[in-house]
Parts: sequence; structure tokens; C-alpha cells
Amino acid sequence: MSNPAKTRVTINVNGKDMSAEVEPRTLLIHFLRENLNLTGPHIGCETTHCGACTVDLDGRSVKSCTLFAVQAEGSKVVTIEGMAAADGSLHPLQAAFAEHHGLQCGFCTPGMITRAYRLLQENPTPTDEEIRFGIAGNICRCTGYQNIVKAIRSAAQVMAGQPRKEAAE
Amino acid sequence: MIPGRFTYHRPNSVGEAVKLLADLGEEARPLAGGHSLIPMMKLRLAQPEHLVDLGRIGGLKGVRSEGADIVLGAMTTQAEILDSALLREKAPILQEAAQVIADPQVRYQGTIGGNVANGDPGNDMPGLMLCLDARYTLTGGKGNRQVAARDFYEAAFFTKLQPGEILTEIRFAAPTAGHGWAYEKLKRKIGDYAVAAAAVVLTMSGGKCSGASIALTNVAQTPLLAVDAAKALVDTAVDAGAIDAAAKAAIAISDPTTDTRGPVEYRRSVLGVMVRRAIARAKSRAR
Ligand SMILES: Cc1cc2nc3c(=O)[nH]c(=O)nc-3n(C[C@H](O)[C@H](O)[C@H](O)COP(=O)(O)OP(=O)(O)OC[C@H]3O[C@@H](n4cnc5c(N)ncnc54)[C@H](O)[C@@H]3O)c2cc1C
Ligand code: FES
Ligand code: FES
Repeated sequence: MSNPAKTRVTINVNGKDMSAEVEPRTLLIHFLRENLNLTGPHIGCETTHCGACTVDLDGRSVKSCTLFAVQAEGSKVVTIEGMAAADGSLHPLQAAFAEHHGLQCGFCTPGMITRAYRLLQENPTPTDEEIRFGIAGNICRCTGYQNIVKAIRSAAQVMAGQPRKEAAE
Repeated sequence: MIPGRFTYHRPNSVGEAVKLLADLGEEARPLAGGHSLIPMMKLRLAQPEHLVDLGRIGGLKGVRSEGADIVLGAMTTQAEILDSALLREKAPILQEAAQVIADPQVRYQGTIGGNVANGDPGNDMPGLMLCLDARYTLTGGKGNRQVAARDFYEAAFFTKLQPGEILTEIRFAAPTAGHGWAYEKLKRKIGDYAVAAAAVVLTMSGGKCSGASIALTNVAQTPLLAVDAAKALVDTAVDAGAIDAAAKAAIAISDPTTDTRGPVEYRRSVLGVMVRRAIARAKSRAR
């Protein structure tokens, strides 16, 4: 089998053009974690099931363990590291996950929040059922999802300008 | 899990892609959404030496109507199928099926062309294409040819697609206005393939079924067109007796294997349930 040379890929990650020499078989998750040292997106199953590796790619949620970095050449990627504002203040989703105990061990959280981010871009006022359907590709082994759904519902209300209190039951 | 080594190609046109595939020979494969191929490469069930990425080719995306036909570009994603106003109006069964394929992330990335070209009996869209009597446009070095979905599938992962060819378009006649439809699938969990699934399209007029088409997913090496099951409905009021006969006819042609989804007897029995439910729901939607 041939040993194909490395190629240079340039991907806009969290607002900055980042490039590195990679093999064509380098997965996007490895480009992010190993070349860019962005260890927010996690590697869970590596089989496209758990969603821990979810990032936003050109306005879609994708599992970065199932995409070659070369496929993302020239694209815009947002990871959990890109969610907080420049001054460090948390994104409403991050704040809501903390406030409503939307995490326990935290392993699924970066994927869960980046997925929820895109869900709320597409549907700013989801029902609980729509939230559950929307995060069906993200597995959490700790929380039982109840508080994750609550956190996303709360963040949606904050983002729509309603006071945060109403979201809590 | 890291896939084996390969050389990556990113053509800008169908012509360029077809030429690359022809020049590189059997060790080259098209790459669409990658959501069947990359998992298979990680497991070394596929070890292509060259990948020809169709992702940057303009004109392979989109849903449009052309006369009485609906045309789907091969690189249209499942998420785009779900968003299509044209399909919502003319062929909502595609959306009902897309909705039960995997999860949001997989649907943003997986394409309709990859789903039907893959040849995995677990894929949901091929059964639908049999039900709708779709035709696939295959583009190769010598130009285009059309193959009916009903002739396309030969065995698990074996299809009429020749090395060097790309599936560029899917087309089917829009089902009659007022038709009833349903796609019923039993899966163990989100992200699982069907234990068994059934696609039904039927038309009712004056209280009787004037036409029906039924296809089955993941109960044989290929998707199955259930001709006798559909016949059992035509010219009946689609009452309990007719539905029963259709379910029995569907089970009779099925040939599932025992796997992690259950033993043969169970999967056949589930198939019967899927067919019954799909017919009942299609009937309730017919106008
Ligand atoms: C967790 C998970 C769950 C899933 N569950 C389901 C499910 O329930 N039902 C279901 O139907 N699918 C399911 N899938 C598969 C998914 O729908 C894939 O996206 C689809 O099977 C393949 O489409 P793709 O665009 O990803 O193609 P790829 O993976 O890129 O390609 C698949 C194969 O088709 C060939 N190919 C692709 N496009 C073309 C073309 N235009 N012309 C010629 N050859 C082509 C490739 O060379 C390759 O051999 C699941 C996938 C995952 C990861
Ligand atoms: S690591 Fe990508 S889906 Fe689990
Ligand atoms: S918080 Fe532990 S997996 Fe979700």
C-alpha cells in the first residue's frame, strides 16, 4: 500500500485560521486535540454513537470522530472552547448547565453543549420533546438527562430574554 | 480507532471525479458523507487506497421537481431531506423515514446517494426507493445510464453500480395527490438499524384501495418489494382481513438472519407488526 504524503489543512477554529500538516486519514477530532491542543471535544466511543466529540462545522453539528480533517479544509469549526465570550463570561448554555446540574462527571458535556448550541440556533423555543429528539445523538451515562433537558430549556429562555428563574421548577 | 492509509482526492466536477475513479481503478472509492464508509474503514472492513471526495462538487445537491418527477441530488443530506418543503408536500414518506435514521449529527452528514449506493440491507432509504419505484442515474466514463431501484440491489453490499461509476441522481414520479403513506421501523434504540421496517404507499378511491406499493427493510440480503402484499390490498376496503393477508404475504418473502436484533422468528413476527401498522396508518392518511 502506498504511504501518502501529509497535506496541509487550514480550518477556521473558534474564529482563527489554524493549519497543520496531517495525513489524509487524520480524523477531525485528532486534528483538534493533537495538532491544536483543543481537548474540549472528547473521544468516547470512536464509533459515531456517543456524541462526546461533537463540534459545530459550518452551521451543522458533526461527530468529529467520523470526519477526516481534510474534508473540513476551509470550513468554520466551533468547539466548546469557542463558546464563552471574549471576556470569559460563560455562554448561557454553559451557565445553565452549571446552574441546573446538567452534568456530573462532565465527559459528555462539551459535546452536549455544542450540540444544544446548534439546536437552539435552529429552534430557539424547543419543547422538551424537541430537546430530547435534538440531543438523541449525545449519550450521557451519569445524569439521566433530566437536568440536561432542564438546562437547555433554561438557556433557551435566557437567550430569548426571559428571566432565568422561570425555567427552574 | 484510526482508518488505514489512503490518498485523498477532491475533484470539483462529476467529470473529474469519474475520470479519477477510472484512472485509479478498483482500489478507489467515492466518499460522500462518510458515515458508513469511515466506520467501516476504522474496522478495516473497507481499506480503499484512494478516496474521491464528492463533497465539493457543485450541482449534486438539492431536491427539485421536474415535470411529474421528483429529483434528489445524490449529495443531499438527510437533514436537507427533512427540511425540504417540496418533499413535505409531495412525498412526506421520505421525511418520515429520514427522521428515524440515526441521530441529528449523522443526518447532517449522511447523504441520500450514499444511503442508497451503500448496499447495506440495514439502510432505510433503499426500501423506500423500491416502494416509490425510483430510478438511479449512474454516471461513468461513457456517460449516464438509468437503473431502476427495483433492479439495483443484488446481495448485501453488491449492487449494479460498477467501479468507476457515481450515482448522481435519484428520480421518482411524485405519488398521486391524496395518497396515504407510512414508514414503520422498529429499532432497539436511537442509532440502531431496523429489526424490521416497512414502507407503504397507497391510494383510496370510493372507499376502496385503487393502488398500493409495499417494500421491506432489513429482513433479507437486499430490500424487498412485497408485490403480493400490495396485491392483497388492491380492490379491498383495506379492512382487517386484507391487512392480515398483506402481512402474511410480506412475512412469506422475508428471509432475515438471527443476529443481535433477535432470532429469525422474532424478526419475522416484528415485520408482520410493522406491515400492519404501516398499512393502517397509510390508510388513515389517504384522502
Ligand atoms: C450511528 C449510526 C447509525 C446509523 N443508522 C442508520 C439507520 O438507522 N438507517 C440508515 O439507513 N442508515 C444509518 N446509518 C448510515 C448513514 O445513514 C450513512 O450516512 C449512509 O449509510 C451512507 O451515506 P454517506 O453519505 O455517509 O456515504 P459514505 O459513507 O460516504 O459512503 C457509503 C458507500 O457508498 C459509496 N457512495 C457514496 N456516495 C456514492 C455515490 N454518490 N455514488 C456512488 N457510490 C457512492 C461509498 O463509496 C461507500 O462505499 C447510520 C450511521 C451511523 C454512523
Ligand atoms: S467519539 Fe465520536 S461519537 Fe463517540
Ligand atoms: S455527565 Fe457524565 S456522561 Fe454525562
